[in-house]
Amino acid sequence: MIAQLTRNERQTALLILLAVAIGGLAMAVGGRDNLLGIHGAIAMALAIVMMFVVIGGYYAPEPTEDRTASYYDDPTKVGIIIAMVWAVIGMAVGDWVAWLLVFPDMTFDAGWASFGRLRPIHTSGVIFGFGGNALIATSFYVMQRTSRARMPDQVTPWFVLLGYNLFCIIAATGYLMGVTQSREYAEPEWYADIWLVIVWVTYFVLYLRTLARRKEPHIYVANWYYLAFILVVAMLHIVNNLAVPISLTQAKSYSLFSGVQDAMTQWWYGHNAVAFFLTAGFLGMMYYYMPKRAGRPIYSYRLSIISFWGITFFYMWAGSHHLHYTALPHWVQTLGMTFSVMLLVPSWASAGNALMTLNGAWHKVRDDATLRFMMVAAVFYGLTTFEGSFMAIRPVNALSHYTDWTVGHVHAGALGWVAMITFGAIYASVPWLWKRESMWSPRLVEVHFWLALAGTIIYVFAMWNSGIIQGLMWRTYGEGGTLAYSFVDSLIAMRPYYIARAVGGLFFLLGAAIGLYNIWMTIRSAPEAAYDMTPDEPVVAGMPAMQPGE
Amino acid sequence: MSFFGFHYRLERKTIPFVLAIVGVASIGGIVEIAPLFTIHQTVEAAPDMRVYTPLELAGRNIYIREGCYACHSQMIRTLRDEVERYGPYSLAVESKYDHPHLWGSKRTGPDLARVGGKYSDEWHVAHLYNPRDVMPESVMPAYRWLKRNTLDTSTLSLDLKAMRAVGVPYSDDMIANATADAYGQASPDSAQADGVKSRYGEATNVRAFDGVQGEPTEMDALVAYLQILGKLTDVAHTPVKQASTEAGK
Repeated sequence: MIAQLTRNERQTALLILLAVAIGGLAMAVGGRDNLLGIHGAIAMALAIVMMFVVIGGYYAPEPTEDRTASYYDDPTKVGIIIAMVWAVIGMAVGDWVAWLLVFPDMTFDAGWASFGRLRPIHTSGVIFGFGGNALIATSFYVMQRTSRARMPDQVTPWFVLLGYNLFCIIAATGYLMGVTQSREYAEPEWYADIWLVIVWVTYFVLYLRTLARRKEPHIYVANWYYLAFILVVAMLHIVNNLAVPISLTQAKSYSLFSGVQDAMTQWWYGHNAVAFFLTAGFLGMMYYYMPKRAGRPIYSYRLSIISFWGITFFYMWAGSHHLHYTALPHWVQTLGMTFSVMLLVPSWASAGNALMTLNGAWHKVRDDATLRFMMVAAVFYGLTTFEGSFMAIRPVNALSHYTDWTVGHVHAGALGWVAMITFGAIYASVPWLWKRESMWSPRLVEVHFWLALAGTIIYVFAMWNSGIIQGLMWRTYGEGGTLAYSFVDSLIAMRPYYIARAVGGLFFLLGAAIGLYNIWMTIRSAPEAAYDMTPDEPVVAGMPAMQPGE
Repeated sequence: MSFFGFHYRLERKTIPFVLAIVGVASIGGIVEIAPLFTIHQTVEAAPDMRVYTPLELAGRNIYIREGCYACHSQMIRTLRDEVERYGPYSLAVESKYDHPHLWGSKRTGPDLARVGGKYSDEWHVAHLYNPRDVMPESVMPAYRWLKRNTLDTSTLSLDLKAMRAVGVPYSDDMIANATADAYGQASPDSAQADGVKSRYGEATNVRAFDGVQGEPTEMDALVAYLQILGKLTDVAHTPVKQASTEAGK
């Protein structure tokens, strides 16, 4: 890896790492009486380890100039492996906390092992660890190929990838120790948030610099989505995390907003994290990998345009549907509901566009589990967005809100759509990246597919049942006009579904672990393919960006 | 078609495309969020509203640290069954001093918006120590260490100061005495107890929440917080004309 960097880049890398190490040291010393100090020490230790890695390769011969005739894929390769490791960690913690709701005494009388501290490790681990790394890794791959340009330098992508993972590590270790802002899906404290802003701005600038070098006159659809993902997540992250730390050497901060304004800001963020992290980014992935794998061009360019701008515009209004019947002003709730329903149009335009792309390639869907992952992802995307619009309707939300139905809905999207499209994209790109003919074991890809599908269906059905039963029990009146069930009655009724959910999650986790193993074996032991490199190069003038079946 | 013709040109230019995304994505937030800060009807008036004491604030921070909000909401919706189960529906003003809000999104356990005063301190301590001792079917984790851990009160002045910076009306007196007040609120017989009621009001709970006076524990703080939930103001219980017309749908 280091050998690919020029001498100048090695020096830059060392300087950046030195700066991080010094920053970490300052935090460790200044915050020695509280948890901020521990995070400083972690940052410093990781930076020092990386410095040794760079120094270890410092005197390796410099790369030859002909490297510019190929794409720079090392960060993508590492990013994919990191993403899969986070997938296994995040899903394992998720399944563990699912079992905690069945056997609540498995907490070892320790704070770090209780549900409340482990749950954000699951959510951040899968959303940011797995999803985020997969998005960064694939976006590097896609932006270079659709621009027919190599990234402008070789340090920036490493800074983005590793800096982002430093954020993820600070987040996860913080939750274990009880460092949290309590903002759902934005729990890390102020110093981690500031660090993420630095990483994210660098990521955006890297994207623009690569696009500026493009040999294609048009920016391909996949890049629109990746760009929207990067830009809007930056907006959301900055506004939602505005806070006043109690001191620059203390981890604790207080949110700038309170009560109803804070709730609205938080769900404007929360719902659009779904929109621009978990939807736009992964649509970018789909718009590249699905047509490539199917060997078919995107069905409709115009549908892509309509759905892109529809999603970008409508989603931002929808957050208030998380606050129906609350103290949020009624007109805001109504706007949120209205736009959530309208959102179905661009969502189904995207899902339809994806599925129509497969016309003429359905025999491949039948035979190729990788493409089938992507197809099922598009189906779940369509189903989940329908369900989401439905649940945003006020009277429906009266039943579904606060129940497991929401959890089921989220997982239909997260497992069925986000994870499946990611597994598809990763299984497609691993052989391309490591120049192999195919995955080490196509049969294990097949096994992973069926485990993932079965796990998702078990999970979602369990949560539909428990959520609707819960919602109905809470509102059922007895003969005498009083509430028929106590809260505990509804809790007892949940138990079989909580077991089923944990089993479904276990299936999904097993699939991911098998995937990681298969990827590792592909890298290690599969034979070098007689891989045709010719089309996969930058600067081929006059060639369209998308070459189906290349 | 001219729209697609326009787009055909737009997608060739990076910066205009980026600006278009920012513009299109900003509208929803500007229309829905910005007015909440300026329209007075968003938050009702509640002259009797009081702020959290240092001990209650510390308890609130433990509630946040342990992730209680992941399973408990603090927002009673305007639905008949919720009002009958949990009490009067929540008003915006009741979380006016909540930085951050803890409305929650999931009820694996019941809503806590009005749990204050519903159970005794002893019940809360026993329940937090091991929920299954008082509620055999509960799936809540046991929080035994809250009783063992001494509460860190050293930063409470900084906490109050930061809260004042974001708009909560803590006085200089409150900030200066934060650590002593935290001690006093959990030790009614101590000298420090006297100042608590004069600074935070006669209705303030001054008790040994965990049953033991002296150096407050994390259990003291969390129970003090739970016992004040829904009690910072009476406005939701009294049929305030202004509040009901504004919340009236």
